[in-house]
Amino acid sequence: MTIRQAQEEIIKEFEQYADWEDRYKKIIEYGKGLPELSDSFKTEKNKLAGCQSQVWINARLEDGKIILEADSDASIVKGLVALLIKVYSGHTPDEILSNPPDYFRKIGIDSHLSPTRKNGLGAMMKQIQMYAVAFKALGDKQKH
Amino acid sequence: MINTISDIKKKLDVHKVRNDFPILSRSINGKPLVYLDNAATTQKPQTVIDSLNHYYTFDNANIHRGLYFLSELATDQYENARLKVKEFINAISASEIIFVRGATEAINLVASSFCRAKIFCNGDEVIITHMEHHANIVPWQLMGDRKQINLKVIPINDSGEIDLNNFANAITEKTKLVSVVHISNTLGTINPVKKIIEIAHSKNVPVLIDGAQAIPHMKVDVQELNADFYVFSGHKVFGPTGIGVLYGKAEYLEMMPPYQGGGSMIRTVDFEKTTYDDIPGKFEAGTPNIAGGIGLGAAIDYINQFDRLELSLYEEELLKYATNELQKIDGLKIIGTAKEKASVISFVIDGIHPYDIGTIIDTDGIAIRTGHHCTQPIMKRYNVLATARASFSFYNTKDEIDKLIHGLLKVKKMFS
Repeated sequence: MTIRQAQEEIIKEFEQYADWEDRYKKIIEYGKGLPELSDSFKTEKNKLAGCQSQVWINARLEDGKIILEADSDASIVKGLVALLIKVYSGHTPDEILSNPPDYFRKIGIDSHLSPTRKNGLGAMMKQIQMYAVAFKALGDKQKH
Repeated sequence: MINTISDIKKKLDVHKVRNDFPILSRSINGKPLVYLDNAATTQKPQTVIDSLNHYYTFDNANIHRGLYFLSELATDQYENARLKVKEFINAISASEIIFVRGATEAINLVASSFCRAKIFCNGDEVIITHMEHHANIVPWQLMGDRKQINLKVIPINDSGEIDLNNFANAITEKTKLVSVVHISNTLGTINPVKKIIEIAHSKNVPVLIDGAQAIPHMKVDVQELNADFYVFSGHKVFGPTGIGVLYGKAEYLEMMPPYQGGGSMIRTVDFEKTTYDDIPGKFEAGTPNIAGGIGLGAAIDYINQFDRLELSLYEEELLKYATNELQKIDGLKIIGTAKEKASVISFVIDGIHPYDIGTIIDTDGIAIRTGHHCTQPIMKRYNVLATARASFSFYNTKDEIDKLIHGLLKVKKMFS
């Protein structure tokens, strides 16, 4: 599935829920489904600054694709990062960098998810993009 | 000064009072706003909003400069606001009232100027407590570049109270200043500041009181407290943002060098030597927040309609009611259980992150604060990463507290 397709799928899924409460319930459910992040990855290096809760994102490269793992101590934030992972994990740095997270605007909770809110959504996406930039640079270097 | 005579004061009628604050009738997410974040900032009565509007519409001119009609008018209004502040906290003279941006700037001003004064030597101590806001920690640390300051921290007990014996013993001949919060923004503790000032004065040490949270909840009399410095923010006492007050006894303000340089604060300027204006002008460089000062004056007029004691008693009733109702929630723990408390309640719920609590109840239009409240040392002291905090003003109602409880029960159900 491409990043675009994964985004479309999430947009469709959230379209069914009319009120906030149900959307948040769905987000929390996504968080619960996130595979556990080993404590050895809950390092200061993987921890995001500027969030009201603790968020860790780990990234590694497998066959040219970035594999993302994450955790948070707040359930809603964990759900948000799970939504990002569902879309972006398993894709190449180029694919990640050319697909910004517009879909959040379309799932009907965008006012709650704007980067100025201290939920760290902006910081989480920036971190994923930074991993992509770093792995892309590494790949380019190895080619030469 | 005219003392409070309760029968000439307006009786508190919460429903009428709510009509004075236009924002309280707006809705959020289709639900009526329940504003319970008064420790962060208070809402503004229409009279304060009108005063800003009136000033910019009819009276705007720079102050202390022109001799034309408007400049004189603006100056009069700004200086009249200073007089209102002087009366409000019962200072001896209006020259002891310095207008600043807020409590944060006031403490930064004192840290910068007091530590540069001749009496402050390398290795001297400033005493604070474990329950200070970052604004009463970081400014002292910043001064480390200029003079070597030894910052001493008085511990607190599990209820969130200072041990006065501990405090008395901490003062040494090296102690040059005690800087203590009047009411903790996180724990709600009302500190025995009068006693603290007495102890410090018995050892000839001046005291700064951070009154940001106290000013909206109680009548403050700086002469009765005998405080050497008292600071507060306008926006936490129903006034505009960007205006605040540093009260300082003239003897200290006079010996302190200026904080910032610029227009207004000088007497003569030469490239070789500049002489400074008298207080308070010496500390007010540049064009001040004129509208903010006038707005703060309007806020003081608004509060002065009421008997402060009656407002305090009502807030105490809200505190008791909320504490009682919150404690009925399984797994909820209140952080800060001092005997003397203002209407500020920090709490955590087992297994639910404060972030999740705040986000979910926001969908019902309920505004509370979540996070470390700019008091990370308190979070470490109680071994929590963050708390949720509800704080009440005299325009809040028991019905709003019921809505908070209802919201929290919903949160519990969602995250169980």
